[in-house]
Amino acid sequence: MMNYFFTEEQQMIIDTAKEFAAKHIKPVREKYDEEGHFPTEEVKKMGEAGLCGLYIPEEYGGMGKGIMGLCLAVEEMSKVCSAIALSMAATALGTFPILLFASDAQKKKYLPKIASGEDLAAFGLTEANAGSDALGMQTTAVKDGDYYVLNGTKQWITNGGEARVYSVIAVTDRARGSRGLTAFIIEKDTPGFTFGKKENKMGIRASATRELVFQNCRVHKDQVIAKEGMGAIVAVNTLYNSRPGVAAQALGIAAGAFEEALAYSRQRKQFGQPISSFQAIQHMLADMATEVEAARALLYATAKTIDAAGDAKAFAKESAMSKLYCSDIAMKVTVNAVQILGGYGYMKEYPVEKMMRDAKITQIYEGTNQIQRNEIALGLIKEIASKK
Amino acid sequence: MNIVVCIKQVPGTTKVAINPATNTLIREGVEAIVNPFDVYAVEEGIRLREKFGGKVTVIIMGPPQADQAVKTCIGMGVDDGIILSDRAFAGSDTLATSYTLAQGIKKMGGADVILTGKQAMDGDTAQVGPGIANWLDIPFVAWVKKIEDVNLAGKTIRVERMMDDGYEVIQSSLPMLLSVVKEINEPRIESMRGKMKAKSYKPVIWNAKDIECDPDFIGLRGSPTLVNRVFVPVRSGKKEIIEGATVEAKAESVVNKLRAAKLIN
Repeated sequence: MMNYFFTEEQQMIIDTAKEFAAKHIKPVREKYDEEGHFPTEEVKKMGEAGLCGLYIPEEYGGMGKGIMGLCLAVEEMSKVCSAIALSMAATALGTFPILLFASDAQKKKYLPKIASGEDLAAFGLTEANAGSDALGMQTTAVKDGDYYVLNGTKQWITNGGEARVYSVIAVTDRARGSRGLTAFIIEKDTPGFTFGKKENKMGIRASATRELVFQNCRVHKDQVIAKEGMGAIVAVNTLYNSRPGVAAQALGIAAGAFEEALAYSRQRKQFGQPISSFQAIQHMLADMATEVEAARALLYATAKTIDAAGDAKAFAKESAMSKLYCSDIAMKVTVNAVQILGGYGYMKEYPVEKMMRDAKITQIYEGTNQIQRNEIALGLIKEIASKK
Repeated sequence: MNIVVCIKQVPGTTKVAINPATNTLIREGVEAIVNPFDVYAVEEGIRLREKFGGKVTVIIMGPPQADQAVKTCIGMGVDDGIILSDRAFAGSDTLATSYTLAQGIKKMGGADVILTGKQAMDGDTAQVGPGIANWLDIPFVAWVKKIEDVNLAGKTIRVERMMDDGYEVIQSSLPMLLSVVKEINEPRIESMRGKMKAKSYKPVIWNAKDIECDPDFIGLRGSPTLVNRVFVPVRSGKKEIIEGATVEAKAESVVNKLRAAKLIN
């Protein structure tokens, strides 16, 4: 790894996450993947180690280490198991609407318990017929006195059922289009709020994915984030801030798979010599290492840009770039890692097949990579148009 | 609840070299860590505080570099650390070490529970824990694998002491000293918050005078133990291949040899 001139505290985050992953994640990752077991115990310990509140300001019980702090921890833990790391990373996704737009009272109510790892969060945007076209959602919130009555179903929600705090976007005024959406904080156990079955997934199997089902669910107006009609802005800004987290997860998967492939290539002997002595393998390893390092450089630059910027518009394009590139690299590197390990790589006794399965989702969620390219192109056109 | 944990700094490796001239460990260039058995004691101390409130303090005898060991414990969540450091402590055997640590604990005003690891990874004597209890004239239980209950009002404690073939339940009055085995818990890693605190933490340093030591009981002068020779035993890789026409004949030959060596009846 290149020298990124980490601060003493950033190095502390890396060391802590590394030690945590070796001690608490590695021993259980294979079993949890096989059984689709949610890492409830591990998240609790993650919180105790101070890894859950890195991106949350100190005044709300966090560590105030920004997106960079979040990314370093997610990367390091994802090298070992991205599904277990995701319990925290997806909590960040569910927390950003609160962090970015909620009132001080709402922040005081929810953020300290998220920072300590006591509460997990989730983000409810996607629906069965509203994926890339997220704003075409059907879930409605109809005002009734001091309450909103929610009806509809959110689909494929990471941490669904396991989280206690849900940031949910619903339609409050269909006539107003994207200005007719509103964001709510909804707690688990609110009457009328239930969960669908746990999805059976290709990868990130230790992570829980469920539907959020709202049937005449009454939510007090104090639970509105920002104000009525701000839902689309809340959602879009959340994604601008959260995508580097997915990038970090993807980067961690890629780096973890590369490390496995490199180590294996030195042990495995064929034709009387380690396979690392063959140019065919060497060139694959060289490409993998270069791609991982390039992805890392892009991600860290993006994270630093976000931490220094006040306005999300300033980094929408970069945020999309980091997610796009890191996840494409994760897919490519994990496929090659399986190839280098050959038949062993295809077996569950070795971790790379899991890494390959886990990598795929990073090209899909929080905006498919096709949507990321749209975002990047839109940013480019806006920039040049504003220069004339 | 006032909890004191006695810790030691040891070389962070099993590949230690011995200086044949002085019969001492060569510590230069070897990373020093908190004695792994003591880490279980530190964890148990923190758990007692989490359950009963109060304060956990670690105490260590050693050179000023011992502050690294203290910082590790602060990182885990210990409240304070005290280093007993004085040139006069050099050359202490287990008797002088236990006296010195006991004086330090007295200076602190004593404790409700004192914890140690079952032994140090380098010396392996397991004598300092009971030595401290003796100097402080308090009860001692070795190899504790579980603290079942603490009754602070009644000043009693009930613990499980690990034996080869089971465990004993022992009830004792407080204050007391326990040495713990690794079965007692799973130590936590240093947290981010703990590391941040440790970064700027300055432990209290006391010298022989601060803790009112009798010069006859400390350092080389207070150490009746004489290390005659330290050596790495030569491994004698003797082996014998037993010949025989059949498996039964070979087995009988083995049995006869074991009987002759009085290893079996």
